[in-house]
Amino acid sequence: MTAPQRVSYRLESTLESVNKAEEMADQAAAQAGFDEDTRGGISMAVREGMINAVLHGNAYDPAKRVNLTFEHTGSDLIITIADEGKGFVPDEVPNPLAPENLLKDSGRGIFLMRTFMDEVRFRKLNSGTEITLIKRIQSNELDRQEAST
Amino acid sequence: MSMKASTRQVDGVTIVDLSGRITLGEGSVVLRDTVKDLLGKGQKKILLNLGDVSYIDSSGIGELVSAFTSVRNQGGELKLLHLTKKVHDLLQITKLYTVFDVKDDEAAAIGAFAK
Repeated sequence: MTAPQRVSYRLESTLESVNKAEEMADQAAAQAGFDEDTRGGISMAVREGMINAVLHGNAYDPAKRVNLTFEHTGSDLIITIADEGKGFVPDEVPNPLAPENLLKDSGRGIFLMRTFMDEVRFRKLNSGTEITLIKRIQSNELDRQEAST
Repeated sequence: MSMKASTRQVDGVTIVDLSGRITLGEGSVVLRDTVKDLLGKGQKKILLNLGDVSYIDSSGIGELVSAFTSVRNQGGELKLLHLTKKVHDLLQITKLYTVFDVKDDEAAAIGAFAK
Protein backbone atom coordinates (compact mmCIF):
# COMPACT_ATOMS: atom_id res chain seq x y z
CA MET A 1 0.00 0.00 0.00
CA THR A 2 1.19 3.51 -0.77
CA ALA A 3 2.23 5.48 2.33
CA PRO A 4 -0.29 8.08 3.49
CA GLN A 5 0.43 11.41 1.90
CA ARG A 6 -0.89 14.94 1.95
CA VAL A 7 -0.31 17.75 -0.50
CA SER A 8 -1.62 21.33 -0.30
CA TYR A 9 -1.95 24.17 -2.78
CA ARG A 10 -2.82 27.84 -2.39
CA LEU A 11 -4.62 28.95 -5.53
CA GLU A 12 -5.78 32.25 -6.97
CA SER A 13 -9.52 32.91 -7.30
CA THR A 14 -9.64 32.31 -11.03
CA LEU A 15 -11.21 29.99 -13.56
CA GLU A 16 -7.71 28.68 -14.32
CA SER A 17 -7.51 27.47 -10.72
CA VAL A 18 -10.82 25.64 -11.14
CA ASN A 19 -9.50 23.85 -14.23
CA LYS A 20 -6.15 23.12 -12.60
CA ALA A 21 -7.81 21.68 -9.48
CA GLU A 22 -9.98 19.43 -11.63
CA GLU A 23 -6.86 18.03 -13.33
CA MET A 24 -5.04 17.57 -10.02
CA ALA A 25 -8.07 15.75 -8.61
CA ASP A 26 -8.04 13.33 -11.53
CA GLN A 27 -4.35 12.61 -10.92
CA ALA A 28 -4.86 12.15 -7.16
CA ALA A 29 -7.80 9.80 -7.82
CA ALA A 30 -5.73 7.80 -10.33
CA GLN A 31 -2.90 7.46 -7.78
CA ALA A 32 -5.46 6.23 -5.24
CA GLY A 33 -6.43 3.46 -7.67
CA PHE A 34 -9.93 4.64 -8.65
CA ASP A 35 -11.32 3.54 -12.03
CA GLU A 36 -12.02 6.02 -14.81
CA ASP A 37 -15.72 6.54 -14.00
CA THR A 38 -15.04 7.14 -10.31
CA ARG A 39 -12.16 9.47 -11.18
CA GLY A 40 -14.52 11.47 -13.38
CA GLY A 41 -16.95 11.82 -10.49
CA ILE A 42 -14.24 12.86 -8.04
CA SER A 43 -12.78 15.46 -10.40
CA MET A 44 -16.28 16.81 -11.07
CA ALA A 45 -16.95 17.09 -7.31
CA VAL A 46 -13.68 18.99 -6.91
CA ARG A 47 -14.53 21.23 -9.87
CA GLU A 48 -17.90 22.04 -8.28
CA GLY A 49 -16.27 22.70 -4.90
CA MET A 50 -13.75 24.99 -6.55
CA ILE A 51 -16.49 26.85 -8.46
CA ASN A 52 -18.23 27.33 -5.14
CA ALA A 53 -15.05 28.71 -3.57
CA VAL A 54 -13.89 30.90 -6.45
CA LEU A 55 -17.25 32.20 -7.67
CA HIS A 56 -19.58 32.20 -4.67
CA GLY A 57 -17.01 32.37 -1.85
CA ASN A 58 -14.17 34.59 -3.00
CA ALA A 59 -16.19 36.18 -5.83
CA TYR A 60 -13.05 36.25 -8.06
CA ASP A 61 -11.39 38.64 -5.55
CA PRO A 62 -7.69 38.74 -6.55
CA ALA A 63 -6.73 39.34 -2.91
CA LYS A 64 -8.37 36.11 -1.77
CA ARG A 65 -7.03 32.58 -2.19
CA VAL A 66 -8.40 29.05 -2.17
CA ASN A 67 -6.57 26.40 -0.13
CA LEU A 68 -6.82 22.98 -1.75
CA THR A 69 -5.56 19.83 -0.04
CA PHE A 70 -5.44 16.21 -1.19
CA GLU A 71 -4.89 13.64 1.50
CA HIS A 72 -4.52 9.95 0.81
CA THR A 73 -4.87 8.07 4.09
CA GLY A 74 -4.68 4.58 2.65
CA SER A 75 -8.39 3.97 3.21
CA ASP A 76 -9.78 7.32 1.98
CA LEU A 77 -9.06 10.09 -0.47
CA ILE A 78 -9.87 13.29 1.42
CA ILE A 79 -10.00 16.61 -0.41
CA THR A 80 -10.53 19.94 1.32
CA ILE A 81 -11.32 23.22 -0.41
CA ALA A 82 -11.29 26.37 1.74
CA ASP A 83 -12.18 29.85 0.53
CA GLU A 84 -11.86 33.24 2.21
CA GLY A 85 -15.33 34.49 1.37
CA LYS A 86 -18.30 35.50 3.44
CA GLY A 87 -19.50 31.93 3.95
CA PHE A 88 -22.83 30.30 3.24
CA VAL A 89 -25.31 27.86 4.76
CA PRO A 90 -25.47 24.73 2.57
CA ASP A 91 -28.83 23.67 4.03
CA GLU A 92 -30.36 26.84 2.61
CA VAL A 93 -29.55 25.77 -0.95
CA PRO A 94 -32.84 24.47 -2.42
CA ASN A 95 -33.09 20.85 -3.53
CA PRO A 96 -32.36 20.96 -7.29
CA LEU A 97 -34.40 17.79 -7.87
CA ALA A 98 -37.63 19.29 -6.53
CA PRO A 99 -40.07 19.83 -9.42
CA GLU A 100 -40.24 23.57 -8.76
CA ASN A 101 -36.43 23.83 -8.99
CA LEU A 102 -35.75 21.60 -12.00
CA LEU A 103 -35.69 24.51 -14.43
CA LYS A 104 -33.50 26.76 -12.30
CA ASP A 105 -30.24 27.67 -13.99
CA SER A 106 -28.09 27.23 -10.86
CA GLY A 107 -27.95 25.40 -7.54
CA ARG A 108 -26.72 21.95 -8.64
CA GLY A 109 -23.08 22.11 -7.49
CA ILE A 110 -23.54 20.80 -3.94
CA PHE A 111 -25.92 18.11 -5.18
CA LEU A 112 -23.27 16.91 -7.67
CA MET A 113 -20.59 16.86 -4.95
CA ARG A 114 -22.85 14.73 -2.75
CA THR A 115 -23.70 12.45 -5.69
CA PHE A 116 -20.11 11.60 -6.56
CA MET A 117 -18.49 11.50 -3.10
CA ASP A 118 -19.17 9.22 -0.12
CA GLU A 119 -19.18 12.10 2.31
CA VAL A 120 -19.35 15.89 1.96
CA ARG A 121 -18.88 18.19 4.95
CA PHE A 122 -19.10 21.96 5.26
CA ARG A 123 -17.38 23.95 7.98
CA LYS A 124 -17.66 27.65 8.65
CA LEU A 125 -14.23 29.23 9.08
CA ASN A 126 -13.44 32.57 10.71
CA SER A 127 -13.38 33.91 7.22
CA GLY A 128 -14.80 31.63 4.57
CA THR A 129 -16.06 28.09 4.16
CA GLU A 130 -14.24 24.76 4.06
CA ILE A 131 -15.66 21.89 2.06
CA THR A 132 -14.36 18.38 2.78
CA LEU A 133 -14.92 15.73 0.11
CA ILE A 134 -14.28 12.10 1.06
CA LYS A 135 -14.14 9.05 -1.20
CA ARG A 136 -13.58 5.63 0.36
CA ILE A 137 -11.00 3.44 -1.30
CA GLN A 138 -12.39 -0.06 -1.86
CA SER A 139 -10.32 -3.25 -1.76
CA ASN A 140 -10.27 -3.62 -5.57
CA GLU A 141 -8.93 -0.09 -5.81
CA LEU A 142 -6.23 -0.94 -3.26
CA ASP A 143 -5.28 -3.92 -5.46
CA ARG A 144 -5.07 -1.60 -8.48
CA GLN A 145 -3.03 0.85 -6.45
CA GLU A 146 -0.55 -1.86 -5.42
CA ALA A 147 -0.31 -3.17 -8.96
CA SER A 148 0.68 0.23 -10.24
CA THR A 149 3.42 0.79 -7.66
CA MET B 1 -10.18 22.69 -24.07
CA SER B 2 -12.55 25.41 -25.23
CA MET B 3 -15.91 24.99 -26.88
CA LYS B 4 -16.89 25.49 -30.50
CA ALA B 5 -20.39 26.02 -31.87
CA SER B 6 -21.34 25.99 -35.55
CA THR B 7 -24.84 26.25 -36.96
CA ARG B 8 -26.57 24.84 -40.04
CA GLN B 9 -30.14 24.87 -41.32
CA VAL B 10 -32.11 21.75 -42.22
CA ASP B 11 -35.84 21.95 -43.09
CA GLY B 12 -36.39 25.08 -41.02
CA VAL B 13 -34.54 23.70 -38.00
CA THR B 14 -31.28 25.24 -36.81
CA ILE B 15 -28.82 22.56 -35.80
CA VAL B 16 -26.07 23.76 -33.50
CA ASP B 17 -23.09 21.41 -33.58
CA LEU B 18 -21.25 21.83 -30.30
CA SER B 19 -17.84 20.41 -29.47
CA GLY B 20 -15.64 20.62 -26.39
CA ARG B 21 -16.67 21.35 -22.82
CA ILE B 22 -19.71 23.30 -21.65
CA THR B 23 -18.32 24.59 -18.38
CA LEU B 24 -18.18 27.75 -16.29
CA GLY B 25 -16.56 30.46 -18.40
CA GLU B 26 -16.02 30.27 -22.12
CA GLY B 27 -18.05 27.12 -22.88
CA SER B 28 -21.18 28.40 -21.17
CA VAL B 29 -20.81 31.82 -22.77
CA VAL B 30 -20.49 30.36 -26.28
CA LEU B 31 -23.71 28.39 -25.82
CA ARG B 32 -25.56 31.36 -24.31
CA ASP B 33 -24.47 33.74 -27.08
CA THR B 34 -25.29 31.26 -29.83
CA VAL B 35 -28.84 30.66 -28.60
CA LYS B 36 -29.38 34.38 -27.95
CA ASP B 37 -28.19 35.18 -31.48
CA LEU B 38 -30.52 32.57 -33.02
CA LEU B 39 -33.53 33.82 -31.07
CA GLY B 40 -32.64 37.38 -32.11
CA LYS B 41 -32.86 36.26 -35.74
CA GLY B 42 -36.21 34.60 -35.12
CA GLN B 43 -34.80 31.08 -35.39
CA LYS B 44 -36.81 29.31 -32.73
CA LYS B 45 -36.49 25.65 -33.73
CA ILE B 46 -33.15 24.69 -32.29
CA LEU B 47 -31.49 21.28 -32.15
CA LEU B 48 -28.35 21.16 -30.01
CA ASN B 49 -26.04 18.41 -31.24
CA LEU B 50 -24.01 17.38 -28.17
CA GLY B 51 -22.27 14.41 -29.85
CA ASP B 52 -18.84 16.00 -29.48
CA VAL B 53 -19.42 17.54 -26.06
CA SER B 54 -17.08 15.67 -23.76
CA TYR B 55 -18.00 17.28 -20.47
CA ILE B 56 -20.60 19.49 -18.79
CA ASP B 57 -20.42 20.94 -15.28
CA SER B 58 -23.19 22.47 -13.16
CA SER B 59 -22.74 25.80 -14.92
CA GLY B 60 -23.12 24.08 -18.31
CA ILE B 61 -26.24 22.26 -17.10
CA GLY B 62 -27.62 25.63 -15.98
CA GLU B 63 -26.86 27.06 -19.40
CA LEU B 64 -28.70 24.21 -21.15
CA VAL B 65 -31.72 24.77 -18.88
CA SER B 66 -31.55 28.51 -19.49
CA ALA B 67 -31.41 27.97 -23.27
CA PHE B 68 -34.38 25.60 -23.04
CA THR B 69 -36.54 28.05 -21.09
CA SER B 70 -35.50 31.05 -23.23
CA VAL B 71 -36.50 29.28 -26.42
CA ARG B 72 -39.74 27.99 -24.92
CA ASN B 73 -40.66 31.43 -23.56
CA GLN B 74 -40.41 32.77 -27.10
CA GLY B 75 -42.74 30.09 -28.41
CA GLY B 76 -39.97 27.94 -29.85
CA GLU B 77 -38.61 24.44 -29.29
CA LEU B 78 -35.18 23.27 -28.22
CA LYS B 79 -34.19 19.62 -28.44
CA LEU B 80 -30.98 17.73 -27.70
CA LEU B 81 -29.26 15.29 -30.05
CA HIS B 82 -26.55 12.61 -29.63
CA LEU B 83 -25.76 12.69 -25.93
CA THR B 84 -22.49 11.07 -24.88
CA LYS B 85 -22.78 8.58 -22.02
CA LYS B 86 -21.26 11.07 -19.59
CA VAL B 87 -23.75 13.82 -20.50
CA HIS B 88 -26.64 11.36 -20.60
CA ASP B 89 -25.80 10.12 -17.10
CA LEU B 90 -25.50 13.68 -15.80
CA LEU B 91 -28.94 14.61 -17.15
CA GLN B 92 -30.38 11.43 -15.58
CA ILE B 93 -28.82 12.23 -12.19
CA THR B 94 -30.17 15.77 -12.25
CA LYS B 95 -33.62 14.57 -13.41
CA LEU B 96 -33.38 16.75 -16.51
CA TYR B 97 -33.41 13.87 -18.98
CA THR B 98 -37.21 13.87 -19.00
CA VAL B 99 -37.40 17.67 -19.16
CA PHE B 100 -35.44 17.85 -22.40
CA ASP B 101 -36.59 16.18 -25.58
CA VAL B 102 -33.55 14.00 -26.31
CA LYS B 103 -33.03 12.36 -29.71
CA ASP B 104 -30.52 9.89 -31.12
CA ASP B 105 -31.24 10.36 -34.81
CA GLU B 106 -30.88 13.69 -36.59
CA ALA B 107 -33.57 13.12 -39.22
CA ALA B 108 -36.05 11.92 -36.61
CA ALA B 109 -35.19 14.89 -34.41
CA ILE B 110 -35.83 17.34 -37.24
CA GLY B 111 -39.14 15.61 -38.01
CA ALA B 112 -40.20 15.94 -34.38
CA PHE B 113 -40.29 19.76 -34.48
CA ALA B 114 -43.73 21.33 -34.89
CA LYS B 115 -44.46 22.22 -38.53
